[in-house]
Amino acid sequence: MTDETQGRVLPVTDLSLVVLVGATGSGKSTFARRHFKPTEVISSDFCRGLVSDDENDQGATKDAFDVLHYIAGKRLAAGRRTVVDATSVQSDARRQLIDLAKQYDVLPIAIVLDVPEEVCAERNAARTDRADMPRRVIHRHTRELRRSLRHLEREGFRKVHILRGVDEVEHATVVTEKRFNDLTHLTGPFDIIGDIHGCAAELEALLGKLGYVDGVHPEGRTAVFVGDLVDRGPDSPGVLRRVMAMVKSGNALCVPGNHENKYGRYLRGRKVQHTHGLAETIEQMAGESEEFVAEVREFLDGLVSHYVLDGGRLVVCHAGLPEKYHGRTSGRVRSHALYGDTTGETDEFGLPVRYPWAEDYRGRAAVVYGHTPVPEATWLNNTICLDTGAVFGGKLTALRWPERELADVPAEQVWYEPAKPLRSDAPGGQDGRPLDLADVRGRRVVETRHQGRVSIREENAAAALEVMSRFAVDPRLLPYLPPTMAPTATSHVEGYLEHPEEAFAQYKEDGVARVVCEEKHMGSRAVALVCRDAEAARKRFGVGGTSRSSAAESGGGPTGSLYTRTGRPFLDDDALTEEILDRVRTAAGEAGLWDELETDWLLLDAELMPWSLKASGLLRSQYAAVGAASGAVLPQALSALQGAAARGVDVAGLLSRTGERATDAAAFTEAYRRYCWTTDGLEGVRLAPFQILAVQGRSLAGLPHDEQLALLDRLVEHDGSGLLQTTRRLYVDTADPESVRAGVDWWLEMTGRGGEGMVVKPVGAVVRDGQGRLVQPGIKCRGREYLRIIYGPEYTRPENLARLRSRFLNHKRSLAIREYALGLEALDRLAEGEPLWRVHEAVFGVLALESEPVDPRL
Amino acid sequence: MFLTITTTGTPERPATDLGYLLHKHPDKAQAFSTSYGTAHVLYPEAEAGRCTAALLLEVDAVALVRRGKGKGRGGAPDAALAQYVNDRPYAASSLLAVALSSVFSSAMKGVCHAKPELPGQVRPLRVEVPALPARGGPDLVRKLFAPLGWTVTAEPVPLDSAFPAWGDSRYVRLVLESDALTLAEALRHLYVLLPVLDDAKHYWVAPDEVDKLLRVGEGWLPGHPEQRLITSRYLSRRWALTRQATERLELVRLAETDDSEVEEIDNAVEAETEAEEKPTPLAVQRREAIVTALRQSGAARVLDLGCGQGQLVQTLLKDPAFTEIVGVDVSMRALTIASRRLKLDRMGERQASRVQLFQGSLAYTDARLKGYDAAVLSEVVEHLDLPRLPALEYAVFGSARPRTVLVTTPNVEYNVRWESLPAGHVRHGDHRFEWTRAEFRAWAEAVAERHGYGVAFEPVGPDDPEVGPPTQMAVFTLTTPKEAKAA
Repeated sequence: MTDETQGRVLPVTDLSLVVLVGATGSGKSTFARRHFKPTEVISSDFCRGLVSDDENDQGATKDAFDVLHYIAGKRLAAGRRTVVDATSVQSDARRQLIDLAKQYDVLPIAIVLDVPEEVCAERNAARTDRADMPRRVIHRHTRELRRSLRHLEREGFRKVHILRGVDEVEHATVVTEKRFNDLTHLTGPFDIIGDIHGCAAELEALLGKLGYVDGVHPEGRTAVFVGDLVDRGPDSPGVLRRVMAMVKSGNALCVPGNHENKYGRYLRGRKVQHTHGLAETIEQMAGESEEFVAEVREFLDGLVSHYVLDGGRLVVCHAGLPEKYHGRTSGRVRSHALYGDTTGETDEFGLPVRYPWAEDYRGRAAVVYGHTPVPEATWLNNTICLDTGAVFGGKLTALRWPERELADVPAEQVWYEPAKPLRSDAPGGQDGRPLDLADVRGRRVVETRHQGRVSIREENAAAALEVMSRFAVDPRLLPYLPPTMAPTATSHVEGYLEHPEEAFAQYKEDGVARVVCEEKHMGSRAVALVCRDAEAARKRFGVGGTSRSSAAESGGGPTGSLYTRTGRPFLDDDALTEEILDRVRTAAGEAGLWDELETDWLLLDAELMPWSLKASGLLRSQYAAVGAASGAVLPQALSALQGAAARGVDVAGLLSRTGERATDAAAFTEAYRRYCWTTDGLEGVRLAPFQILAVQGRSLAGLPHDEQLALLDRLVEHDGSGLLQTTRRLYVDTADPESVRAGVDWWLEMTGRGGEGMVVKPVGAVVRDGQGRLVQPGIKCRGREYLRIIYGPEYTRPENLARLRSRFLNHKRSLAIREYALGLEALDRLAEGEPLWRVHEAVFGVLALESEPVDPRL
Repeated sequence: MFLTITTTGTPERPATDLGYLLHKHPDKAQAFSTSYGTAHVLYPEAEAGRCTAALLLEVDAVALVRRGKGKGRGGAPDAALAQYVNDRPYAASSLLAVALSSVFSSAMKGVCHAKPELPGQVRPLRVEVPALPARGGPDLVRKLFAPLGWTVTAEPVPLDSAFPAWGDSRYVRLVLESDALTLAEALRHLYVLLPVLDDAKHYWVAPDEVDKLLRVGEGWLPGHPEQRLITSRYLSRRWALTRQATERLELVRLAETDDSEVEEIDNAVEAETEAEEKPTPLAVQRREAIVTALRQSGAARVLDLGCGQGQLVQTLLKDPAFTEIVGVDVSMRALTIASRRLKLDRMGERQASRVQLFQGSLAYTDARLKGYDAAVLSEVVEHLDLPRLPALEYAVFGSARPRTVLVTTPNVEYNVRWESLPAGHVRHGDHRFEWTRAEFRAWAEAVAERHGYGVAFEPVGPDDPEVGPPTQMAVFTLTTPKEAKAA
């Protein structure tokens, strides 16, 4: 029996549903308080109080338990251990809790407090709120408890701790145990190896290729086997011998496949069908010693269905696992890990149709699995299937983690004829699915590396959904949307609303010494995704796949995209878009950028000119219309006023005002005309790239602007077609008054000639201020004449300027930063090869934020 | 904004009587403040032979934007008014009509205390409006004014002489001449017809507007051949205005982000038609065909994917065989209108439990759409760019997988039978493509093959022997793999 001084030690799994069982007054609440966190414990009395204001109101019991189950469910879903403090002496009450544990795939654990009836009664009598509890209630509890004791394990509790008597209850300690599948503390590095199926020679070759010498990696790497070691192939015993030795010596981990499971059952003497290659294994094992067979049986019995590794970033199992099952422990989880999910249908080969769980997968952990033979291992939504059909004459594949590199060796021969040909697509395929509405709909929070959590409101997401669905280019070709940009603080220089002095001053205040002024081109913002060829677009962005009729029709598919600030195709004419992409592609080739940047695609932020190319609708309906109306009206009004004046009517003030109006209107017409010219095909079209946003495996958003511009200058230089245009720039030292003056003069000169203005950016690109906050990535200073297009023809009149100077920049600045963070996030996710939905989530966020209410003239 | 009114006269009936009629002395320049700026009345000429009064409204564009509460756009009542770049200071819009009625209110009523005989007299009148925004162009201007006894000169104003290719603006230079009207009649015509011709976006409509229209239109509006159009445009603005103020701002902003007009992207709901909306027979036939096919399929729980303004949902609700009807659209505005049409907020609980409307998008898979008996995509696919059709295909046939899917789409071959449709045009501005029967069939059959459906085709509307029916419908039925094998 137990040593009274030390007390019993009760192991309790870290994620479990702990059910305290004991009569009223047996000390459950005290026990719970002593051994568990207050938030871990939910008591039925507390829930009674919640619904009825009276913890002892037995009439509220049903509602109270609804609440209790609800709270427990929420906690378990969130992966938190939960202790239920209710009598739970009746099997029916316990069954509900066991069902709850099953529902959330956690272990149900019972801790029984078997305390004599007299003690319970004594304790209740000492409590004012329970003093009048009839003795028969306690008696009934105790009787029911006694009756239950023997059945607890059979009821489904995976651990049962029975504490007999007050002393044992008093002296017991609870220790928290990790789950078997929780190997988050192991960080590898790992080499995860796909389905082997008795292909011992291929396994040895692959281990050799990965650098293992006799099952040991000199750099201390750990092999992880995804199961299906046996059956079908030529040497299952050989494979078992190698894997078991590596696991035993700590050089490998192994999860079971469905084939191990079945073979294990065979070894335990169960009746199983000798199909799907089991016969081969049995035959091969017949030549092995009894001792080895026993070792195999023990090994198979001890396998854990899945592992969570590397701080939770990696999950390995045989057949794939949805996120809600990660680290969970139930028969259902084990079954899913071994067999995957099926739709219940069978296909034309008589095989079960597998549910494409990876399409729905949105988890943060990478799931590496096997089970379904595919020709190539490809990532889908952060999952990858490594079963490349070695036994069917495919290859044996391994994934290096965290490098995310693949290594493989070809099968020596077709060892076993497949029941059906290997599918041409990985599960889920590359067919442009499966963005899910739940990824973007409603109020959302997007986690960003640079700015933490960015929230998106429901109404903004709704507007973005409409534009994204109806007008945007294919989301696969829309890996980024540009953020909005805040203007410079309002100027008080006479006659000016914006002036560069404030921009330089702001950066100086932010601690940014060196800025670059880049000429604004006054075209329309255009983002260009330029792939080296259609094959590169297909491989990296998954468009133009052969399985789609539309791609077949268009002959090879797109080689990229060219889109506007809201993701709409810039040009209606696909052929013209392809021609622009082709010219950029050629220039990039001539400039040697493909090799230098080690990429076969470029994502460019640019301005496409003329403005009239895209904004012609707006120009005609709004800008030119204002010009036309003012041009028709003001001369007539002037002549009427002159007539009245000639008659001696006093209209002097009105006459001079109307004259000024006419001058302002003419200046307005001149202002918009500068940004309009006629084009024919690409004749007259100019593209001015000002940033390379990302290339294969890298976001270049943090590349300093001087280096950016040097790359882009080379791109422009090597363009023989006349499409690309350079961006003029000037570097300014914000602390040097001379340099600042030069910057102001440069702007005055440029805008004086009708230029749109400039953008001032920190040369260092992604920069933080002294307090660690992101500084604005750019501040625009728009020219005095250009602003007529924004604030109207007469904005320069002193009374108008005086009013316009009160403008509110804070929201715009905050919006600019939030959108910038989302844009950076999209680029990072793209560069890191994250799944489409993750990139899209951030891109969608930018679009949604663009519909936030903010003064559109800023 | 500017207009002139000229009359000629004789020594017996001097033109300067205009001053009495307008209650404004010809030798003074007078200023009146109105809610949008200052209105000036002055006379460039005032002789017995000829007298011209000019109304000049100085609009304060900055105040126009900022008159609402709050910061910037936030408080402005109307997206279009909130533009600093605005034709309102120049064009003769509804604002001018408002100024006209407040500055010349007595003249409009035909009251003249000094010379009570004057208002009743007809006299030669010439009205000139140098820039009149005219939706419908010079033709409509003539149609509106000519029946009232005016000789109409309406010349379009070019958009920009530097870019002749841009063509004409929406403004016309209007000259009206008549010897047969009183000044009061002339002013009333202008008061109603200026805003009617304007593009109807910028006008405040008070609740008593109907009464006002009846009063001002007395004597000329009832017999006017374009009475319907005048009334509907004049009054429809009230709805247009509130819609802009409350429902469209997110999309307005996204359009602005892209230098586009909001109509370019917020076009999921058809613009108001001139006359009262009456369902075209084809739309009715389409719904009948859909309901018939749904009944044949035995469906009880039905998705209307792309439900638009909810006409089909409304039809389905009348048949109790459909126990659950879900209307899905990507346009929040369409859903708002659908909800209004169905009177969802006033529906009894039992009926309401049969119907649901929510925003969704077929560019994404959506777990909410799983498990239904049937899905209808009526006139939906043609609103998607072709490269994005595979996503819709997967969302419907791969993910939602209802037992029955009905797809209707225009048959482009039939377009030659539409007399009003110019050759080579699609039927709706937002149609990204229109298919021939063969193209539709090829797409539908490929989809069916890929996703384990059988497909049959049915004509909707008169099946022309040469070009087929105006609408084509595909009925997809889920076949289990076993059945497919047996077939």
